[in-house]
Parts: sequence; structure tokens; C-alpha cells
Amino acid sequence: MKTDDLITMLVTGAGAVEAPPAAQRYALAIGWGAAGASLLMLLVLQVRHDLAQALLLPMFWVKVGFVTSLAVGSLFAALRLSRPGAVIDRVPIALGLPVLGIWAIAAFTLIDAEPLERSRLFFGDTWKSCPLLIAMLSVPVFAAVLHTMKDLAPTRPRLAGFAAGLLSGSVAAVIYCLHCPEMGAPFIGFWYLLGTLIPAGVGAVLGNSILRW
Amino acid sequence: MNREAGFRSREERLRDLLTQGLAGDDAAYRVFLTELSAHLRAFLRRRLARLPDEVEDLVQESLLAIHNLRHTYEADQPLSAWVQAIARYKLVDLLRRRAAHEMLNDPLDEEMELFSTADSDAAEARRDLNKLLADLPDRFRLPIVHTKLEGLSVKEAADVSGMSESAIKIGVHRGLKALAAKIRGAL
Repeated sequence: MKTDDLITMLVTGAGAVEAPPAAQRYALAIGWGAAGASLLMLLVLQVRHDLAQALLLPMFWVKVGFVTSLAVGSLFAALRLSRPGAVIDRVPIALGLPVLGIWAIAAFTLIDAEPLERSRLFFGDTWKSCPLLIAMLSVPVFAAVLHTMKDLAPTRPRLAGFAAGLLSGSVAAVIYCLHCPEMGAPFIGFWYLLGTLIPAGVGAVLGNSILRW
Repeated sequence: MNREAGFRSREERLRDLLTQGLAGDDAAYRVFLTELSAHLRAFLRRRLARLPDEVEDLVQESLLAIHNLRHTYEADQPLSAWVQAIARYKLVDLLRRRAAHEMLNDPLDEEMELFSTADSDAAEARRDLNKLLADLPDRFRLPIVHTKLEGLSVKEAADVSGMSESAIKIGVHRGLKALAAKIRGAL
């Protein structure tokens, strides 16, 4: 087929593009994924029994604030990375700021604490299960976001997969906050982050094969 | 006119054409793709000086990708950055696949190089998209053949093929993506 014939083929009946913008597609994917993750949380884990009291504690909102800002940062990264030629120089800032924020609070908490309390602030009661549960809850969002990203055009498939995984992990972590009894900033700055990095790592590996076009 | 001003005016012209095309103006879209193909050819030829036979194939692969991904262009972004990112991605992808291919197979190309590079061939694509198209399953092939090669409307194509109108629309969309995937697999 000659190139002119290809152009004729592509143009014939092309018509107007009706696809919704990328931001709208991601919003839909996150909505469905978060609904799935919430259902999973209710079925497998249940809401923490003292949620009403926890809502009154500033630390609860620090925790929610950290994972929400990480979710916003990784959504920004995913949006940029799924459009060819988009500028991505602000992505590291968007992802780094929430992490540096929680680490600053964690450092302050650890310095302020009695030496014997420190390991408890770091390990809490649930360090063994927390990252794995966040990774488990991330599965619905992960699938929905990756499916959306596949329909767009990531030119850096590995990085894009990483961002998709981080997005799903941080959305899952927001939902996990409703179950998780831990309130220590050092715990959150490490184990929560680890939980979001599990799907991010899987995303980077998978992205390198399934996000190619 | 200096180089910078020439670039700006071409960027604006092509962007206007694409915007009109995205809004449904097929004539503007044709001009866009035709002018773009010349720019792509020059861009890729400079970068594939040692693989001149690949240039036209890659021009076609890039055009197909640009068509399939045209919904990812948003008007707040320089068109040149968007097009270049796609063309460069396809270029790197080709070189990556060739490298993987040559690891497993002896590169016969080099022995045959002398006789296979005549100038008149330069503008011919080596890969025939018609053949790849013929290999697609009917649910993709028929919508593309009827609406894009024979020029039937979606409704006419639905009547001729016995498929529903939405199956025709989806078939064209997914079929062109399947064609792009076949190109990548056909090296």
C-alpha cells in the first residue's frame, strides 16, 4: 500500500473524534476502581470500630492527607505520561512533596518521642499486614487505570506503568485508612508508602510490555 | 522569513488543520496527514540514514499511530512536540525490535545490501499493509474494507456486512489498532 493510499484510507469516514478527554477517563476509572476497593475492604477487612472517634484526631487527617496528596500527584503523573510529548519535569515534585511532608512529620514525631517508644511508633501493631493489604485493595483501581492508560499513548511505558501503579496504591491507601488502626506518622511514612510502591513496581514491570503500542 | 518564523507558521497551520479534522472536517484532515507525512519522511530519513529501506514503512506506521491516537492531542500543547514524541517512540521501538530480532537471527541484510538499495525503491514501502489487513479477523477487516476502502457510510456497511452499526464503528476503531499491533509483530 502506498502512503497516499494509506492516508486516503485513514481519512475516509474519519469524522469527528468523540472520545472524552483523558482526565475524564481517569476519573471514571478511579471511581469504579475505588468502588471495587471499598467493597473489598468492607467484605474482607471491615471498617475500624472506633472510626467516629478517630475522625476527631488530627493524625487521622494527616494520614488521609498524605495518601490523598500522593494520589493527586500520581494522577498528575499518569495524565502527563499518557500523552505524547507532554512536559513531565514537574512530576518528581508532585510525587516527592507528599513523601517529604510525611517524612518531616515522622522525623519530628520520632525525635519528640521517648527512646523506648520509637520502635513502636515505627512498627505499630500491623506492619506485617499493612503493605500487603494496601496492595490487595489496589487491584481494582490498578486494572481500571491500566486499561484506561492502554487506550492513551504512553511514550515511556515503564514510567507510565509505575505512575498507574502508584495511583492505584495511593487510592487504595485512602480507603485502607477507614480500616487501619495505626496513627503514627513514622508507620505511615514507611509501611503505607511501601504498600503503594508494591503496585507501582508491578506497574513498571507490566507497563514495559502491555503499555507498548 | 527566518527559520523560527517558518517553523511557527507551519506549526500553526498544521495545528489548525488537525483541529478542524478532529471536529469532523475530513478534507482538512487529509491535508494535515499529507503535509505531515512529508515532514515525517524528512525527520525519519535523517535518523535512519543507515536503514533507508525502513523509512517509508516507519512513515506509514507513524501515520497509523497518529490516526489511532489523535484523541490524545489536546489543543493546549505544541503540535510539534506531540508528533515528534510519537515518531520518536516508533523509531526507538523499531530499533529495539530490530536489535532483539538480530540477536536471534543472522542479519542477512548486510550481504544483500548492495542489490536491495536502489534509489527508485526508496519511496516504496516494503511492508504491504493490504496483506496485513487481509489477515485481520472479519469483525475488524469487513468494517475497514467497507467504510475506509470502499467508502461506504456506516449504515451502508452495516447493511452489506450484516453487522450492526455500532459493531462497524467499533470494528474500524479496534481494527486499525489491531493493524498497528500486526505491524509491530510482523518484523
